[in-house]
Amino acid sequence: MGKWTRRGVITAGVLTGGALAVGVAIRPGHRAPRLADMMTDAGETLVNVWVKIAPDNTVTAIVPHSEMGQGVLTVMAQMLADEMDADWNKVAWEQAPAHEAYANFILAREYLAGDLNVPGIVQDTLNGAFLSITQAMGLQITGGSTAVRFTGEGGMRIAGAAAREMIVKAAAKAWNVPSKDIRTELGHVHHDATGRSEPYARFAAQAGRYAPPTQPRLKTADEFRLMGQPLKRFDIPSKVDGSATFGIDVDLPGMKYAAVMGPPVLGTDVVDLDATAAEAMPGVIKVLNKGSFVAVVADGYWQAQQAISALNVRWSETSGSRMDEAAVFAQLRTAMDQAIEAGDEKKDVSTGQARRIIGASDKTYGAEYTVPFLAHAAMEPLNATAWVRDGKVDLWSGLQNPLGIRNEIAKMVGIDRDNVEIHNVFLGGGFGRRAMTDYPLMAVEIASEFDVPIKMIWSREEDTTQDYYRPAAVSRFTAALDEAGQPIAWDNQFVQKHDPPEASHIPYDIENQFIHYTKSEHHIRFGPWRSVDHTQHGFFIESFIDELAHQAGRDGYEFRRQLLEGSPRYLAALDAAAEAADWGAPLPDGHGQGIAIVDSFGTIVAQVARVDATGPQPRVTHVFSAADPGYVMNPDGFTAQIESGIIYGLTAALYGRITIQNGAVVQSNFHDYEMLRIDEAPEISVTLINSGAKVGGGGEPGTPPIAPAVTNAIFAATGQRVRDLPIIKSGQGIT
Amino acid sequence: MITFLINGQLRSVDVDPYQPLLWVIREQLKLTGTKFGCGIAQCGACTVHLDGEPVRSCSTPLAAAEGSNVTTIEGLKSEDGTLHVLQEAWIEHQVPQCGYCQSGQLMSAAALLAQTKDPSDQDIDEAMRGNICRCGAYGRIRDAIKTAASALQNSTEEGPDNG
Repeated sequence: MGKWTRRGVITAGVLTGGALAVGVAIRPGHRAPRLADMMTDAGETLVNVWVKIAPDNTVTAIVPHSEMGQGVLTVMAQMLADEMDADWNKVAWEQAPAHEAYANFILAREYLAGDLNVPGIVQDTLNGAFLSITQAMGLQITGGSTAVRFTGEGGMRIAGAAAREMIVKAAAKAWNVPSKDIRTELGHVHHDATGRSEPYARFAAQAGRYAPPTQPRLKTADEFRLMGQPLKRFDIPSKVDGSATFGIDVDLPGMKYAAVMGPPVLGTDVVDLDATAAEAMPGVIKVLNKGSFVAVVADGYWQAQQAISALNVRWSETSGSRMDEAAVFAQLRTAMDQAIEAGDEKKDVSTGQARRIIGASDKTYGAEYTVPFLAHAAMEPLNATAWVRDGKVDLWSGLQNPLGIRNEIAKMVGIDRDNVEIHNVFLGGGFGRRAMTDYPLMAVEIASEFDVPIKMIWSREEDTTQDYYRPAAVSRFTAALDEAGQPIAWDNQFVQKHDPPEASHIPYDIENQFIHYTKSEHHIRFGPWRSVDHTQHGFFIESFIDELAHQAGRDGYEFRRQLLEGSPRYLAALDAAAEAADWGAPLPDGHGQGIAIVDSFGTIVAQVARVDATGPQPRVTHVFSAADPGYVMNPDGFTAQIESGIIYGLTAALYGRITIQNGAVVQSNFHDYEMLRIDEAPEISVTLINSGAKVGGGGEPGTPPIAPAVTNAIFAATGQRVRDLPIIKSGQGIT
Repeated sequence: MITFLINGQLRSVDVDPYQPLLWVIREQLKLTGTKFGCGIAQCGACTVHLDGEPVRSCSTPLAAAEGSNVTTIEGLKSEDGTLHVLQEAWIEHQVPQCGYCQSGQLMSAAALLAQTKDPSDQDIDEAMRGNICRCGAYGRIRDAIKTAASALQNSTEEGPDNG
């Protein structure tokens, strides 16, 4: 944190009523001028995280991330409260408002420093079509599994430790004893020699007058009291009695409802709109032709949605209007062939002489894999409520990127950012979809024509057909093998590359590697989907390495072990998963097990899947997962994230496939975009490994290994290799 | 005008009788714990009890509720605010993640336990397979239902005065 202590600063002050507030901030005039321009106006202090200590000794953590089920509110408070030695029973949380002052500065700092650890999802959003770094955008993004590893490690812990040191200093002065003789526990300062003890709040006002420490001492793992504990989440009680407020639940006086319809072929516009029937329907207030979409505003949502169905819309045509799924894959393969012919492959990794060795080898093996488009399908259909009046915009919605959306709204409406207020509420699932700015902007566009608040709700059909999709992709491998079947050269060509940049890298000790890609544009728009590029590369790499093991006549676990001998963290995770699964123990006829390991977002996850292939469709009965995120802050919360990542990835592996016909997405709802249900859910065990490595993420790393673990298990059970996902509809499973 | 009991209160609404019960509950009666997920009875997020039976309110017309007794997630607690044994188990097992589907999950589970005191895995599969959870909390849902079932049985065996 060397850079941090020079360039960042910890601030403190006393609030009305005697509460102490401590924040981690950056000085105005930061040496990275791009950052200062991006985040602040001249002279304004940028604050990352805050803690407040109220006169009743309640500690409030102000969390700049969105709660979408990953438990971020709780784990952020947990990290802060532990460094403070706060009493967990008196710890509360507040969602930070969408304001630059609460921007996710740690993300920005790492991004601007060019640190490769910055999650790709952020870079993609920054560089993408929606947001530009020159547009003075903010960075309060929840995604890329960033909360614990950046905001928590770099902000929450420092704020907590600084607050504690300041209170100790104030107590030492008041009691006239050395600071080192003061002990802190459960929100109290103690001086054991004289038997004195007071709550923190008693010294809050005095502490707020001190200059905060520039480098507070952080606890080592053996001193943790709250970190590492399975503390219960703050948000769960409100999620069992219906009282939690999601975006769709926002209710405002005089509010009207909007339903919308986007173009069947993404990127096309309304040519002709016949709204005669819809306008005559009960409750309908107005039909709006916004060019890129149409909307109906009505007294109730159902009325609005009924009227949408009664519209007659003709949309423009583009070259995309003639595309289908097969044409997309043909285009991707052509682009790959052409890149090779033209010699303009984009290099990801190039070590040794992979091409030359493969060309000269008489023992090579190759395979091609594909993955289809995928939609996010969060349980809560996209929605946003906007109120536009008097040169101001208020927006209520569940957002992964509230600051970016605030800036986009200000730009679209042509008002100052300060006149846009974002009210971020619980997200009914995000998975990357709610980092996009399209749906809140649509709500504002609609609401601009009214002086009352408008709640726009997408139907499930809109949610499915107007997504930003996990891209369809193709990956081709060729390996040269030595006499024993060990790979000595690895050539991997793939199409489409987003983030993280290292997703295509392999952990295996293979001396000669050439990993390269090409891009191929089409009208099906890209979106970050839980674990982003790792979803496809996890499947590609871990399938091919399994094929190489089989080619060598070796066990998949032992084969990987040998190639990971120099990587102790990988070995430990692989061994833990294999041990939990009792790898190698005999299974009934028609059953099989498969193994896979992927390092994503700083966390290594190994999984063993067991498959029963005796029925008409393969059934995944068990998943044994081992995860090393460096240190597990909340074991139960982290376990839940791994379980969740497995089910999300397994759903996609078994069923997930968005197809295209005449340029349009074919699937529309859960009847044809199928979800894994409880009767198909495997038993899951999760082994946690605290290796002490730099802290990694939790939300995404459970997803990438599951597809190859399952397809490798299907191969073990049946001898059939699934090279094209999904498993069930590919015709290559065991159907 | 359609009149029915909802969470023990008599309510009358004057809207199109074909309007799905879901939107009446959410917009007219302002009980937003019941969620919209798919609109075609495929996901279970909108599950409520109609005379004790679990129904998908997104595909149940208001007219079907005439003279009936409707229970939503807001009515699952006792009148004195005591949580239903399933809600306690949901907290104990830390079931919800995003939480959006959980009202429907709980209402399906409550209907199951009302009829089957000691549900088998197969009973749970049958009662709960209509409820999608995109956060993948299925294992915890199963465990929580079993915890709640055994809590109910213990309290029944011990009797109300022995606790």
